[in-house]
Amino acid sequence: MNPLAAVRTAVAFEKARAAGRAALVGYLPAGFPTVDGATTAIRTMIDAGADIVEVGFPYSDPVMDGPVIQRATEAALAGGIHLADLMRTVEAVSTAGAPVLVMTYWNPVERYGVARFARDLANAGGAGLITPDLIPDEADEWLAASDDHELDRVFLVAPSSGQQRMAMTAQACRGFVYAASVMGVTGARATVSDAAPVLVEQVRSLCDQPVAVGLGVTNGEQAAQVAAYADGVIVGSALVRCLLDAPDLSSGLTALGALSRDLAAGVAAR
Amino acid sequence: MSAQGDWEHRLGHFGRYGGRFVPEALIAALDQLDEAYRKASGDPAFTEEFGRLLREYANCPSPLYLAERLSARAGARILLKREDLNHTGAHKVRNVLGQALLTKRMGKPRIIAETGAGQHGVASATAAALFDLECVVYMGEEDTRRQALNVTRMELLGARVISVTTGSRTLKDAINEALRDWVTNVDTTHYLLGTAAGPHPFPTMVRQFVSGIGVEARQQCLAAIGGLPDAVCACVGGGSNAIGAFHAFIPDPGVRLFGFEAGGEGVETGRHAASITGGAVGVLHGARTYLLQDADGQTIESHSISAGLDYPAVGPEHALLNDQGRAAYEPVTDAEAMEAFGLLCRTEGIIPAIESSHAVAGALRIVPRLAEELGREPTIVICLSGRGDKDVDTAGRYFGMLS
Ligand SMILES: Cc1ncc(COP(=O)(O)O)c(C=O)c1O
Repeated sequence: MNPLAAVRTAVAFEKARAAGRAALVGYLPAGFPTVDGATTAIRTMIDAGADIVEVGFPYSDPVMDGPVIQRATEAALAGGIHLADLMRTVEAVSTAGAPVLVMTYWNPVERYGVARFARDLANAGGAGLITPDLIPDEADEWLAASDDHELDRVFLVAPSSGQQRMAMTAQACRGFVYAASVMGVTGARATVSDAAPVLVEQVRSLCDQPVAVGLGVTNGEQAAQVAAYADGVIVGSALVRCLLDAPDLSSGLTALGALSRDLAAGVAAR
Repeated sequence: MSAQGDWEHRLGHFGRYGGRFVPEALIAALDQLDEAYRKASGDPAFTEEFGRLLREYANCPSPLYLAERLSARAGARILLKREDLNHTGAHKVRNVLGQALLTKRMGKPRIIAETGAGQHGVASATAAALFDLECVVYMGEEDTRRQALNVTRMELLGARVISVTTGSRTLKDAINEALRDWVTNVDTTHYLLGTAAGPHPFPTMVRQFVSGIGVEARQQCLAAIGGLPDAVCACVGGGSNAIGAFHAFIPDPGVRLFGFEAGGEGVETGRHAASITGGAVGVLHGARTYLLQDADGQTIESHSISAGLDYPAVGPEHALLNDQGRAAYEPVTDAEAMEAFGLLCRTEGIIPAIESSHAVAGALRIVPRLAEELGREPTIVICLSGRGDKDVDTAGRYFGMLS
């Protein structure tokens, strides 16, 4: 079904757990600064210690994203990124040693065709899909397609979710459960949320899947704090910022590598 | 309630349309809103208070006016539902008063709103002043220029207007910004969405709050002419005035329903806002519906001379009414709308909103068709959704009176 995928998501979490650490989950958008530049950046992140990657598909109306990711994805859209480029990016990084999940708003998937998207993602070696604006209640077609193609499917839970929804959502997930610990959009934050440990505990009591915490982590120290209670630490904006702030790609990659190593040390230092 | 109605109420779907395509972090707030709305709609105290505000504050019911000179020009009996005479100048005030009352009931001290033309922003700022709520209005930078007068009106009313500089800098981006604010401040904040779109319960709830348009028009029509009209016409942006005008007439098989979308420079040019005529089914701003999108599912920027119709999607109930054939949707170009705008000014002494002018233009277009079908002069109700004070600058430039 999925011949190119070197490592599955569950295996990556298992490996981290066996090593006594949390998994580092790094996000970068496809197409930024260019399609090839993003591919190199994702490989750099994996080489520097990311256990799992989320490849974002830039979207015209990213309501969950803060200013940093918006700037990068707007630039990628202006550069003419298409779904074919996303599939190409996934294919190019799928054998780099980390499972590759696509993170996308729902409309591009629906437009492409849910079954077709699942098939092409699996063929490209993708491990699955993270869907920030698709709740399991609306996901029948994706639940079926992800089963057909043995893809992981990651839904989000929030501090406001309540016991019943949290259980339903966690049960619909495969791969891991994404705990969006801060009520708000993506973006680096000075302090890590207090709600996160409670949220992780709640989800753990409802399922036996790994729980990864997202939204806000900027450095190794914060990563270590989150790694103390979560199975995975998700980092997005801080990594994207390395590429945004750099005068050119090579210095961006240097900064990205350094931050990834710092974060990887953080998740191991819990 | 019918089985269909039950199903819609529980799941918030209109056939395959509608639903909730939003971040999980908003689901609790949508559930809370749905519960507050359902409790309120069954509570006579709420209904009474809402009714009193509409009557004494908003100047509703708005008159149904037989436009004789326009009728003579059109070859039809034309009745204008005068939502332009409502307080703040458009149908939007009905929805805003309903949601502001709910905000109070939910105990939230802050509302946020998006606005295109500024009409919904002004109505929201008005209700915020009346109910002592903090109010932030998101408005695309492009629209703050097109509708500068309304920005000042909102500020006079005590609201803070935030100019949105992301994306296409119009209504859709203002909605994105409002959603980002909401997800961050959901405990204290109600998102007072301005049209019958978005995630459940907004399409159902907003329709309910504006449905007085059609309920009143139906009664007024029966009283005035002893029968129902042959057609009801409305412009369609997000779809609130249209669903409000249509809803009471849906069970009347003899009443045709026409929604007129903004055809901009012409649907064939790609520069338009006709989501049903020129779009495809997808998901935007929380609901499955028709929208303007490219092959990758990216939203295509809409274009219309009218800021209030300049939106690339449409409320989900219209998507269903279209598929069922119960309502017909057609595009009206900028040029057609402006011609109707000028005509209404000079035949009736009414300066309409450019949004509403699309409904007038569409109604004039369908007269010959209806007359032939019926074998007589048709009777048409047009929802005149708003007044044109805000559009004087745009119209003055369009007609070369201002430069
Ligand atoms: C006067 C008027 N009519 C119509 C509209 C379009 O909105 P809707 O389709 O929700 O009625 C607007 C929106 O701003 C408006 O101001």
